[in-house]
Amino acid sequence: MTARPRVTVFDYGSGNVHSAVKALEAAGADVRLTADRAAVMEADGLYVPGVGAFASVMSGLEAERGPELIGRRLAGGRPVLGVCVGLQVLFDRGVEGGVTTEGMGEWPGTVERLDAPVLPHMGWDLVRAPEASRLFAGIRDERFYFVHSYGVREWTMEPHARLAAPMVTWGEHGGPFVAAVENGPLAATQFHPEKSGAAGLRLLTNWLETL
Amino acid sequence: MALATRVIPCLDVAAGRVVKGVRFQGLEDAGDPVELAARYAEAGADEITFLDVTATVEARGTLLDTVRRTAEQVFVPLTVGGGVRSVDDVDRLLQSGADKIGVNSAAIARPDLIAEIAGRFGAQVCVLSLDVLHDPRSPSGWSVTTHGGRTSTGIDAIEWTTTAIGLGAGELLLNSIDADGTKAGYDLRLIEAVREVSGVPLIASGGAGGLEHFAPAVAAGADAVLAASVFHRGLLTIGQVKAALADAGVTVRRETGR
Repeated sequence: MTARPRVTVFDYGSGNVHSAVKALEAAGADVRLTADRAAVMEADGLYVPGVGAFASVMSGLEAERGPELIGRRLAGGRPVLGVCVGLQVLFDRGVEGGVTTEGMGEWPGTVERLDAPVLPHMGWDLVRAPEASRLFAGIRDERFYFVHSYGVREWTMEPHARLAAPMVTWGEHGGPFVAAVENGPLAATQFHPEKSGAAGLRLLTNWLETL
Repeated sequence: MALATRVIPCLDVAAGRVVKGVRFQGLEDAGDPVELAARYAEAGADEITFLDVTATVEARGTLLDTVRRTAEQVFVPLTVGGGVRSVDDVDRLLQSGADKIGVNSAAIARPDLIAEIAGRFGAQVCVLSLDVLHDPRSPSGWSVTTHGGRTSTGIDAIEWTTTAIGLGAGELLLNSIDADGTKAGYDLRLIEAVREVSGVPLIASGGAGGLEHFAPAVAAGADAVLAASVFHRGLLTIGQVKAALADAGVTVRRETGR
């Protein structure tokens, strides 16, 4: 890593991206908030925020050619971090209120409503990260801030003989759900690192170190 | 794994300043909401709530600036309530860096506002602020009020809660007007009654006066406890409240890095 890594926060109309920009700056990045194609493609890291409904996040991204640009970055091994619904849209599909929306399909699986007495799953919770995780390096037994009613409750990717298996971090709310995935240049968290205090900033710093 | 019970300080702000006197570790009335929010976050607050008590429309711009500057340096969730009347108000606050928006009077006057906010930004953004007063004429025994408890609506509190959740309210900020300011403890019966009809997170507010008051609110069904004056006057610290909760067997967040 040279000096300050350049990060583009994908500005496609998602709410509250202000905090993401400031948290990435605090974690050590040189940040631009834009949907400009060159800036999205050329940044050292692309941060994909997402709040609200799966369908509206997908249509917002599609309006800015997000899926195509993200796919091209990944094909070239260029890092991408999806956060909250920005994680969810990386899976095959989302089912919200009976409506199924196609996602980017980077990973197999369905985003569906969590099954718990109290929803949204809102607040600070623990996660189970694999030992080898780079995102969670040096962050053990810390809590992260979640706010979501939907999640990926089953990881269905078949192991591949030659490809390294993605590293999956699990959370739990009425049952297990995917809290984070690390898969080569593509990483994502269901929680909000930009709202998770010191632990969240540490995680963002860890991500910046992979750029 | 289980969610930690959140401990939330609430700051009354107007025209860019904290209105009520705040004493923070020996500093009398620091007054700057940004600075105070940062101090509370540093002290372990799980979330910060600003209640805008500005009376005039002109001062709303100042609020947005306060929110923006807070979100620049405070990396925990920020809820802003008070005077929110429209989806545009919500949009401006979110764009400035707020995570959740509290609605009260305007939603009582026009309940569809809740559906509009939830539809556009997601239910998780829409916090229904309930200022509840004991009212023997109400079927449940409680009714909701507006304007900080000064104006009675005659609307049954439990019925309104159910309606608002159905419209898309994603969280409840349940403030007991009866208990508020008494320092005699949260209204546990009210918390239990609202919990019973609610499948969304519930923040208990009003009445906290001592360390012994927090765990019973959680036992009654609160997912988070909010207090104002006990923190501002330096009577209790966030850390003390968390320690008392932990001693009572309640899960709280404690950053291990410090």
